[in-house]
Amino acid sequence: MTTTEYSYDSKVEGDIVVSRADAVINWVRSHSVWPMPMGLACCAIELMATGASRFDISRFGMEVMRFSPRQSDCMIVAGTVTYKMAEVVRRIYDQMAEPKWVVAMGACASTGGMYRSYAVLQGVDRIVPVDVYVSGCPPRPEALLDGMIKLQEKIRRDRSLRNLFTA
Amino acid sequence: MEEISAGKLLGRFDFLTERPSLDWPAVNCPPERLLEFLGILKEEEHFDMLMDVAGVDWLDAPIRFSVVYHVYSTSGHSYVRIAVDCPDNENPEVPSVTEIWPGANWHERETFDMFGIRFAGHPDLTRILMWEGYPYYPLRKDFPLAGIETDLPAPDVAEETQARVKAAPMMGGPFRSTPEGPMSKSEPRGEDESWTEQSEKPV
Repeated sequence: MTTTEYSYDSKVEGDIVVSRADAVINWVRSHSVWPMPMGLACCAIELMATGASRFDISRFGMEVMRFSPRQSDCMIVAGTVTYKMAEVVRRIYDQMAEPKWVVAMGACASTGGMYRSYAVLQGVDRIVPVDVYVSGCPPRPEALLDGMIKLQEKIRRDRSLRNLFTA
Repeated sequence: MEEISAGKLLGRFDFLTERPSLDWPAVNCPPERLLEFLGILKEEEHFDMLMDVAGVDWLDAPIRFSVVYHVYSTSGHSYVRIAVDCPDNENPEVPSVTEIWPGANWHERETFDMFGIRFAGHPDLTRILMWEGYPYYPLRKDFPLAGIETDLPAPDVAEETQARVKAAPMMGGPFRSTPEGPMSKSEPRGEDESWTEQSEKPV
């Protein structure tokens, strides 16, 4: 589908816009992702840089970082998840309202990274479902933004309307 | 102020024994005289800052566990290192120095957490890095670096996610350095034990 199919042409359509519900819902959702910054280690510093003016995550509609899981859509796990912290990460994930997404930012959150150790969870995907993995140690802000754009693409492919009634 | 030396300490306190050291004066102290000695060291010799409390696991030695204290004098700008051997290898215990330096509180909790050395008289001797109920002491020599499989701290989360504390894959590692030779030879190298949580560690 091209963008012209659901853009508004007042000469033809008057006051009516015709589109698919999924296209509208996903368009709205993908451009107002409210991230929950789960900053656990040095990746959180890059996450902060991503939010600051030089890289400016608000260009993609994601600047509303919410420290309450109940107001967030997307948990960015930025850093090393220890087994002691794994419980907290899962509980916070459980408190987020559907629909929700998880981005594993950096090597530690994705696989445990350099911490082959008794204390570190070997990848946050063992306790929460991860949508996007961002490589790097830590990833640069461009890499995180690329991951978030990938997440937007994923949200746009979602069958949102069906999920509304089957969830 | 007169500079402190191991010889001066040994002459004044007959229960101390000398300990080999490359830098600062170091002495061994028996655990039953520790508080008396450290109290005097702080009040009369002005070693007012406790820099570090560390545990040592000698594994097969007759005395398995030692505790090492580094104390610093902010007026004399010098350190003294004091080592205490724990008499009991099964239930190692030394007196707590929190009464002398309150800053010892978390140091001793960490030493307890990592080595299982108890500190008699500590106000709140609980784990500080690992979670309460963790069944092992990770820095003991008989504990593998990769860890031992056990349960997650929260039973409900473990049930929901089916996740467990598992031994970490050691592909390419662990990295160890050797003390001998030039730096190019002694820098950390992977031993490549190449075992994962799926395949057994080769003996």
